Amino acid sequence: MIDEALWAIGRGTGVMALAFLTISVALGIGTRSGRSLFALPRFAVADVHRFAALAGSILVLLHMTLLFFDPYAQLRFVDFVVPFLGAYRPMWQGMGTLAFDLLIVIVLTSLLRRRMGVRAFRAVHWVAYALWPIALAHALGNGTDAYRGWFLAFAGCCALTVGAAVVWRLRGDFTEYAEVRMSGRT
Amino acid sequence: MTTHPRQPRSPQLPRLLTSVEPTLDAHHQRFGALPEITKPELISALDAARLSGRGGAGFPSARKFASVRGAKPVVVANGAEGEPLSAKDAVLLMRAPHLVLDGLELAARAVAADKLYLYVPAHAAATVGRALGERRRARIDRHKPTVVEAPNTFIAGEESAVFSRIEGGPALPRDRTTVAAISGVRGRPTVVNNVETLAHIALIARFGPHWFRSVGDPDNPGSMLVTLSGALTKRGVFEVPTGALVSDLVERCGATDPKTVRAVLLGGYHGRWIAASAFDSTPVSGVGIVHALGRHECGLARTAAIADYLADQSARQCGPCRTGLPRLATLLTTLAYDSTDHTCVSEIRRLADLVDGRGACRHPDGTARLIRSALDTFSNDIEHHRHRRCESAVSAPPVKDERCSAKAATS
Amino acid sequence: MKSPARRQSRLHIDWTRCDGRGLCTELLPGVLARDPWGYPLTRDGSREPAIPAHDLGDAHAAVARCPRLALSLITSVPKTHRRGTLAT
Repeated sequence: MIDEALWAIGRGTGVMALAFLTISVALGIGTRSGRSLFALPRFAVADVHRFAALAGSILVLLHMTLLFFDPYAQLRFVDFVVPFLGAYRPMWQGMGTLAFDLLIVIVLTSLLRRRMGVRAFRAVHWVAYALWPIALAHALGNGTDAYRGWFLAFAGCCALTVGAAVVWRLRGDFTEYAEVRMSGRT
Repeated sequence: MTTHPRQPRSPQLPRLLTSVEPTLDAHHQRFGALPEITKPELISALDAARLSGRGGAGFPSARKFASVRGAKPVVVANGAEGEPLSAKDAVLLMRAPHLVLDGLELAARAVAADKLYLYVPAHAAATVGRALGERRRARIDRHKPTVVEAPNTFIAGEESAVFSRIEGGPALPRDRTTVAAISGVRGRPTVVNNVETLAHIALIARFGPHWFRSVGDPDNPGSMLVTLSGALTKRGVFEVPTGALVSDLVERCGATDPKTVRAVLLGGYHGRWIAASAFDSTPVSGVGIVHALGRHECGLARTAAIADYLADQSARQCGPCRTGLPRLATLLTTLAYDSTDHTCVSEIRRLADLVDGRGACRHPDGTARLIRSALDTFSNDIEHHRHRRCESAVSAPPVKDERCSAKAATS
Repeated sequence: MKSPARRQSRLHIDWTRCDGRGLCTELLPGVLARDPWGYPLTRDGSREPAIPAHDLGDAHAAVARCPRLALSLITSVPKTHRRGTLAT
């Protein structure tokens, strides 16, 4: 019975992690806009972005730890860092590992942001645009509930959220002062 | 201070510009060899001479050297002169490179420098190179300066832009949190001197502070190089005592009747306009640049053209400058060429206040200063322009859609 | 008995990095306003505005949160307490 609990909560934390990482990516794009969003002042948008990333990271760690102790997942320690070596669904499992590797890079560079300088930090942080789809693919491919209606609806919401944010990112009026700052010269 | 046994006569005026031949022999013949002067002697001589920098900021030179703190100091001779209305540094480097190089060597001794740099534009590099070659063969310097080419942009001579360029990057200003004397080139304590300042130092070391103070304004003595341009009979670089009045420069150096001059731009594109009525009460200060606007020329049109140039020369690194300067240029063009109402002027003032002091360097500050002075000096003309007239075309009939007869040429 | 020199914190803006995102103007409304283009405008007109003691926490938050790392806090001893003679 413990096994089933581990399996259930192990997967549940994974789903929650994806939710928080989705919020983090969307708000990360929001931070870039320099706008106040959803009644949050700008500094709060940045703070919630970071909080969601932190929550997501903790949930990922829980997700990995719980599944490590679950015999069904057949995880070895090496599977936490080196992708595609897993016994259970190696490709989708590997994507999870890859996503975790990228998450480590993003979290570490975020903590060292001031030392790295803006340019280096931004270059590395763009990896988030790779992290999220890989995490989503892992959830859909590796998750045993992937065929269930509720999960598909949930995954759809995540995809819609990030998709909408990306579409918004590509608009010309994305940043708050973009139009005002265009040169006054004719 | 030990003096050279056969010391040449100390020059009166001109001093720096007595050199005609840029060779080392001619230099030694005219001024004598560089004396063996110790660091404390030199600093005390500069202090007694009350020499201040000739690059525009006018900082006391002795204080500048004394404020250097830290290991492996760097000395830079700044001959970049990105200002289009100024030619004094170029002329000095062409005619008297050895005065500048003597000064650089002395500056190096004054701070026990580890590295020396000569930051000069491309057209001066050859002359400077030849002069350095002569000195190397004659073995008169303890240090060997590195020549770094300055690009021909307006802000290339800005202090942090100089550091950036010397370090191998672009000649663009950087954010500064400490003064150069503490951290400059590669984080080392750095002294930057205008090439003219160094030339004066070379002469003070030879002829002493008393001689240096024998001409010019007692509070800020000596001679200075001034570039004359614009609506003057005689143009070029002249050496005058500090404190010389604008009227002296126009009449005596420029050989021009002041009544034919509408206004003078004093200090270059970051300077200010001086109305004709103030010529005999305004001394030349800051950078020695006197640009005359003839009676047939329109001050507003000229200022609009300058503002356009300054906007173009922005490094575009800082938001207020990048966004505000082009808007200011557009508004000034409107003021100069279209009939406007009083809101145009108040909008210009508002924008000038908005860009002033908000950037990594003083480019927006200088631009704001120029524009404010134009609005003040040419306030009568603004009134004329509102009624589609122009003071410069007083005798001509009111213009319709044509621009006023002034040629708004950028020099 | 002399009171210890009070160190004044000043906010330094690296204008070459600032993109006018406005987090600092939200966290330090008493010190900074915002210009029509979004960039911070110091209320006291100085280049490096002094941060009053009660705003120091918010100032540190602004420095940490700035997405362009354009802010830093500089502490300087007021001129009357400066040691040494020829510091510029």
